[in-house]
Amino acid sequence: MSNVKQKVRAEEAEHPIAPYLRMDRIPHIWCPTCGIGTVVKCYATALEEAEVDLDKTAIISGIGCTGRVAGYMKLDAFHTTHGRAIPFGTGLKLGRPELNVTVFSGDGDLVGIGGNHFIHAARRNIDLLVILVNNFIYAMTGGQNAPTTPLVARSSTMPFGNYEAPFNIPNLAKCCGATYVARWTCLHIRRVTKAFREALGKKGFRVIEVITPCATLYSRLNKLGTGLDLMKFYHDEADICHGADTRDVEIDFQSRIVCGKFVDEEKPTFSERREEHYRNKLGDDFVGMPSEGGWLHE
Amino acid sequence: MSRAEIRITGFGGQGVVLSGHIVGHAYAVNAGHHATMIQSFGPEARGSACSTMLSISEEEVLYPYIRRPDIFVVMSSEGYEKYCDELKDDGTLIYEKDLVEPQPKKGQKAFGVPSTRIAESLGRTIVQNIVMVGFFTGVTGIVSREDMRKAVEASVPSGTEELNLKAFDAGWDYYQTEYGEGGDSKDEEPQEKAEEEGKEDR
Amino acid sequence: MKTDPAGVLTGTHYFDGDWACGEGAMAAGCRFVAGYPITPSTEVVERISGRFPTMGGTFIQMEDELGSMAAVVGAAWTGTKCMTVTSGPGFSLMMENIGLGAMMETPCVVVNVQRGGPSTGLPTMTGQADIMQARWGSHGDYELISLSPQSPQEAFDLVIEAFNLSELYRVPVMFMMDECVGHMTEKVIIPPAEEIEIVQRKLSDKSPEEYLPYDFEGKEIPEIIRAGDGYRFHTTGLTHDKRGYPVMSAECQEFNVRHLVDKIRQNADDIVRYDEEQIDGADVVVIAYGITARVTRMAIDMAREKGVKVGFMRLIVVWPFPEKRIRELAGNVKGFVVPEINYGQVVLEVERCAAGKSTTVGVPHGGGGVHDPEVILEAIMGAAQ
Repeated sequence: MSNVKQKVRAEEAEHPIAPYLRMDRIPHIWCPTCGIGTVVKCYATALEEAEVDLDKTAIISGIGCTGRVAGYMKLDAFHTTHGRAIPFGTGLKLGRPELNVTVFSGDGDLVGIGGNHFIHAARRNIDLLVILVNNFIYAMTGGQNAPTTPLVARSSTMPFGNYEAPFNIPNLAKCCGATYVARWTCLHIRRVTKAFREALGKKGFRVIEVITPCATLYSRLNKLGTGLDLMKFYHDEADICHGADTRDVEIDFQSRIVCGKFVDEEKPTFSERREEHYRNKLGDDFVGMPSEGGWLHE
Repeated sequence: MSRAEIRITGFGGQGVVLSGHIVGHAYAVNAGHHATMIQSFGPEARGSACSTMLSISEEEVLYPYIRRPDIFVVMSSEGYEKYCDELKDDGTLIYEKDLVEPQPKKGQKAFGVPSTRIAESLGRTIVQNIVMVGFFTGVTGIVSREDMRKAVEASVPSGTEELNLKAFDAGWDYYQTEYGEGGDSKDEEPQEKAEEEGKEDR
Repeated sequence: MKTDPAGVLTGTHYFDGDWACGEGAMAAGCRFVAGYPITPSTEVVERISGRFPTMGGTFIQMEDELGSMAAVVGAAWTGTKCMTVTSGPGFSLMMENIGLGAMMETPCVVVNVQRGGPSTGLPTMTGQADIMQARWGSHGDYELISLSPQSPQEAFDLVIEAFNLSELYRVPVMFMMDECVGHMTEKVIIPPAEEIEIVQRKLSDKSPEEYLPYDFEGKEIPEIIRAGDGYRFHTTGLTHDKRGYPVMSAECQEFNVRHLVDKIRQNADDIVRYDEEQIDGADVVVIAYGITARVTRMAIDMAREKGVKVGFMRLIVVWPFPEKRIRELAGNVKGFVVPEINYGQVVLEVERCAAGKSTTVGVPHGGGGVHDPEVILEAIMGAAQ
C-alpha cells in the first residue's frame, strides 16, 4: 500500500484517505459534526497501516446513517438490507474464504433488527470484523428509540424519556462468544484506528463499538448542545479501562463511558472448527471450500 | 400389472416407511417398473398409527395417492381399525398375526405372520419389518425374491445387512412353510396354526 | 458446459423429491447452501449437509430465514453457486432478501416445498398457495422466474434448469415444489456428469477501470463479476445507476427497475416452458402445474373416455407466464379449466389472458391433499358444454 501513499503525497491536493474512498460520491450525506465520517477515516487509516490486500477486502453495511459507509469505501462494497449485513457477510466469507470481510453498520441495524444475526454469528465465531457505530438512536429515520438508547434519554418515540433497558454491547458480544471486543468514542481517533488495525490482523467475530455524536437528533432531543459539546463530554467522561469486566460497562444517560479493549482471545473460527471436525470424522474424504470460492472454472 | 395399490401400516417405530421404501425400490429400481411411495409425516411418524402408500405399475404412475388398496399390510391393530375398510373386496391382507386379529371380508385373502416373534428369535425386534417384507414378497410375488433382497441390502444401515437379510429370509421361509408349496418346513406352534388356518383361505 | 462430476451421483435411485432436489442442486454445481429447518423442506438440506463435506461445499444452518436468504445473496457475489430451501412461513421471511437479490441482480435458487397456509397452516401437508407469492411476494416491482416440478425426477432435472436460468438472467429463481412432490418417493435417474449441461457463471473480462456493474442496453443482462477480484465495485438495494451508485430520482428508477422487469418480460419467449398434449382441436384445455398436473391427467383420461376433446397444458415454468400461448388458444377453445391447490391464483392469470374469448373455470382446493380426479372431471364436463 506504500506506493498508494506515495502517490497521494505527490498530489498534495488530495486527502490522505481519498484512495480508499469513492471520491465520485463525495460529499457524503452525514450531518456536520456527525461522528461517522471520523470512524471511516480511522478505518481507512487502519486498512493502510495494516497493509491488508484491498482487492480481497469486502465491506458490508445494512441500513441507516452508518449503513451508508459501504457506499463510500473503495472496496468491494455491499449496501444491503436492514439488519442483514452480518448474514450477508457470512455468505461472502464462507463463499470465498480468502476474503477479509468487514461489517460496518449502526447500533439499531446490528443489535436491533439484526440482533439475532449478531448473537448467532458471535456464537459461531464467524470470521467477521464488525464495526458498530453507536449514536444511541435511529438517526436516519428521525431519532426514534434504539436498543442502545440510555435510560431516560429522550427519543422521538420516547418523548417522555426512554424506559427500556438498553443493550450493553461489549457484554452482549462477549457473552455470545466474540473473540475481540473493544469500545471507544470517536474522540479517540488514534485508539480507534489502533483497535481497527489490531482487529484486522486477527480472526474470529470481532466487535468494536464506537460511540459517536448525533447532533441533529440525539443531542437536540436531549438538549446536549452541539457535536463539539458531545466531544467535550467524551473527553471528560470517557474512562479508559482495558480488560474491564464487560458487565460493568453499561452506559447510562450522560454518565461515565468505559472505553478500552475488553476481550482479545484466540478461538477457532466457524470455518476452522468445521474443517477440523470434518477432517477428524471423514479423514481424506473431506474436501474443504477452496479459498477462492466454490467450483467456478471451465 | 396395470396398477396396484398397497398400503402398509403399523405404529411408529415399526419401520413402516422403510418397508414401503424397500418394496418401492425393488419394484421401481431393481425390477425396472414404476413405484410411487407417499409416506405419512407429522406426529404419527413418531408413534401411534403410521402409514405409507405405494402405487405400483409397469407404466408411469400418475395419480400418487391410493384409493382402494389391492394389498393391505398391517402391523398394528390400530392401523387395522383405521384402514381395513378401504381394502378392495378381493384384496389381499397381510398382517402381524400376534398383534392383529383381522376379520377379512369374503373374497379377501388373508396371510398372517408372527413377524415380531420371528425377529425376536433372530435377536433384534427392530428387524420385524424386514421379516414382514420377506413374507410380503412370498405372498404377493410382485418382484422376485432376489430383487427384493437387493433392495433390502441397499436400504438398511450399513453394517446391518446380514441381520436384515436373515430377517428377510425368515419371513420368506415362513410364507413358504405355511402357505407355499415345497418350502422349508419350520417349527410353528401347531394349535395356533390350526386356528389361523380356519380364518385364511388361499 | 458440462458439470463438475464431484456433485453427481450417477445411477438409478429411489429418492423422494426433497433428496432429488438436493442432488440436482449439487449436480448443478451448487456449493453453498444456507437454510433454516422447516417441514416439509428440511430433507433437502439434510441430504446436502451429508454430501457437501466431501465435495468442497459449505452448508450453514442459519438462525432464521432472513439470515439464510441474506447469506445466499452474499455468497452469490463470490461466484459460488448457492441456494436456500424453505417452506411457506420461511418463504415469507425470505421475501426481504429475495427483493435484495432481485435488485442486485443476483443469481441464486430459492426452493419452496409448499405446504398448506396461511401462517403455520398445514406443516406436513401439501399446498400450492404460495405460487403468487413467488411472483409478487417481495415489495416493489421486479420479475423473477419460477419453476414447478411434478415428480422427484423433475425435482432433480428442473432444479438444474433453475440454476441455469438464474445464471442466464441474473435473478433468484423460485423452485416451487409442493409437499406432495417433496415427500413422494420414486425412481430418479441421475445421468453421468458429462451429460448434464449447465450454465457456468461467466465473469466479465472487462478491466476494473472500464467495468460498470449495471451497464446494459434494453433487455441485455449486465455482465457480472465477483468480490475479491480487484474490481472494488459497489452494489446496493437502493435504486442505482449503471455504476451501482444510489440515485434517488424517478429517472433512475425507470432505468433500474424497468430493466428488472424487462429482462424477464422481453426474454419471456426464451424462458417460458410448458408441455402440451392434444391441444389441437380440443374443446377444453386444462392447465395445471406441480403435483396437480399428475392428478389432472387422470381426470383428462376419464373425460376422453366420455368423448370430450380435452387438451392439456402443464406449466413447467410458471413465471414468466405463458401469456402468448394462452392468448393464442383463447377463442379456439370453449374453456380453460385450472385446477390448483389454492383458492384461485394461476386461474386469474389464465382468465386475464383468455380475455373473455373462452370461459375460464378454476378448480380450487384448499390444501392438505390433492384433488379428487372426479372433481376436475366435473369441471371439464362443465366447460365442454
